[in-house]
Amino acid sequence: MTPHEVDPRALRARYPDVFDRPASARLAIPAMIVAAFAVLVYGLVDLDFSPSRFFAGLSQLGWITLMMIPPDPGSSLPIYLKALGETLSIALLGTTLAAIFALPVSLLAARNVVPSNILRFPVRRFLDSIRGVDTLIWALVWINVVGLGPFAGVLAIAVSDFGAFGKLFSEAIEGADQKQVEGIRASGGSPLHEIRFGLLPQVLPVIAGQVLYFIESNTRSATIIGIVGAGGIGLQLAEQIRVLEWQKVSFLILMILVAVAAIDFISGKLRFAIIGRRAVA
Amino acid sequence: MTTAVSILPAQQLAVLDAAYRRAVGRKRLRLLLGIVIFGAALVLAAIGAEVNLRTLFTYFGNFVSYFDRILTLDSGQRVWTDVGEWLWGWRKWLKMLGETLLISYVGTLIGATVAFCLNFFAAENTSPAPWLRFVVRRLLEFARTVPGIVFALVFVIAFGLGPMAGVLAIAIHSTGALGKLFSEIVENADMKPVEGIRSTGASWLSCMRFAVVPQVTAGYASYALLRFEINVREASVMGFVGAGGIGQELVVAIRKFYYSDVSAILLTIIIAVFIIDITTSWLRGRLFGKEART
Repeated sequence: MTPHEVDPRALRARYPDVFDRPASARLAIPAMIVAAFAVLVYGLVDLDFSPSRFFAGLSQLGWITLMMIPPDPGSSLPIYLKALGETLSIALLGTTLAAIFALPVSLLAARNVVPSNILRFPVRRFLDSIRGVDTLIWALVWINVVGLGPFAGVLAIAVSDFGAFGKLFSEAIEGADQKQVEGIRASGGSPLHEIRFGLLPQVLPVIAGQVLYFIESNTRSATIIGIVGAGGIGLQLAEQIRVLEWQKVSFLILMILVAVAAIDFISGKLRFAIIGRRAVA
Repeated sequence: MTTAVSILPAQQLAVLDAAYRRAVGRKRLRLLLGIVIFGAALVLAAIGAEVNLRTLFTYFGNFVSYFDRILTLDSGQRVWTDVGEWLWGWRKWLKMLGETLLISYVGTLIGATVAFCLNFFAAENTSPAPWLRFVVRRLLEFARTVPGIVFALVFVIAFGLGPMAGVLAIAIHSTGALGKLFSEIVENADMKPVEGIRSTGASWLSCMRFAVVPQVTAGYASYALLRFEINVREASVMGFVGAGGIGQELVVAIRKFYYSDVSAILLTIIIAVFIIDITTSWLRGRLFGKEART
């Protein structure tokens, strides 16, 4: 069998846009890449990256890593376990509080519940601004209010998640089927009935899944919230890093990793049990 | 209107009814049990977190008045009555904000580049060897589970105070997060082009370059942009541990009770985050169309 004779010139004539792309199209992507890396180089210079500093730091980091081995809690294991319990408590309570407060507000931000743009717009911007501020900043604010300690952490997580939940819940509500709501309206139900019997049964499983997912991710945020003094294992971690007790640091990091993995596992199981494998976002 | 519903004999009906009640009863019991367990966990957590409702109610006024204070100038007027006085440090703050953006940009780009190099080893369908995949996956998992700010704390000690520690912390955390997402995109890629290229005798590297990369770049860019958004927020607090950016100014203002400065800096951060969110989602929409948005 002989291969087909292909005449390159004929191909060129037939597919001009494959063979002769205009220079602008061919150069666009390389130009973008060059521009991106030019900004990178500018950034490296502006942020005081010098090779000598980098390599000095790297060798320092190597020393630190060596000193971390083996991880050892010393005599403070009970304190660390208590701190870990505190972290988990902060995550659970903060998320629950946020969910409880976010549910009514998310109704206000949902297009199919509140048709008026004028009312919805400020609610949404309000939620956005709360979300735009990092959890750590909220923690600092609450420390000013209730003092140092895990309670400030709970409130910080509650507030910053309130913003996230408000948005997520309202999206879930907007995705709900309107037919049930119309059915209840047709049978003479009040607007409250529409929400209670038409909307909530549809969205509660979705919301439960999201809340569980956030408990999981908040375990991570709660581990660091202690760095600014709002309780939990981050407080211990920051302290041990400041006094350069590297073996304890590595032990604490291991604890965090194990705890996060465990929570991931448990809440994954729960999520599947509540909403089924299909609906996990 | 007549309906043709045949009524079952009472005996049969009673059995079905009882079964229905049992099923509903069991479901209710399970729900109740779940609620009780959850409630118990909440109570335990409340004890663990030293929640004190009395403190909250006594000091809740503080929360309200805190916002009152940060919205008041030294002269006792509301901040928006004298914007010039309120935003007196805008030159410095904008500069710090620029540094924050630069930290997140450089961190995201470095992280995305490293993740790009690693993700082919982590994906199930392209990894050259199972042990290599295992190692790379554990590495990425470690990088994304340890919070960025913990890396920053350690790096501040290793590399000294300043934005360098922040950039590296963000880069490592982004590598972990993006590496996982990238490898998931690769796992969803069509393998037929790879087979085609391998059949011409090409090396593994050429297979990746000519068969996989063209399929996945759009997804990569979309995730990298999302990550940039998240990293701007993260970089805004890196200064808390001395790793550069506007967080440094903020923490000083909060700790030293420069109330109106707190609100001014928060305002700059919120506006910057807004602008970035809007720009990146516009960019994502333009570059990849609606279907690539996640």
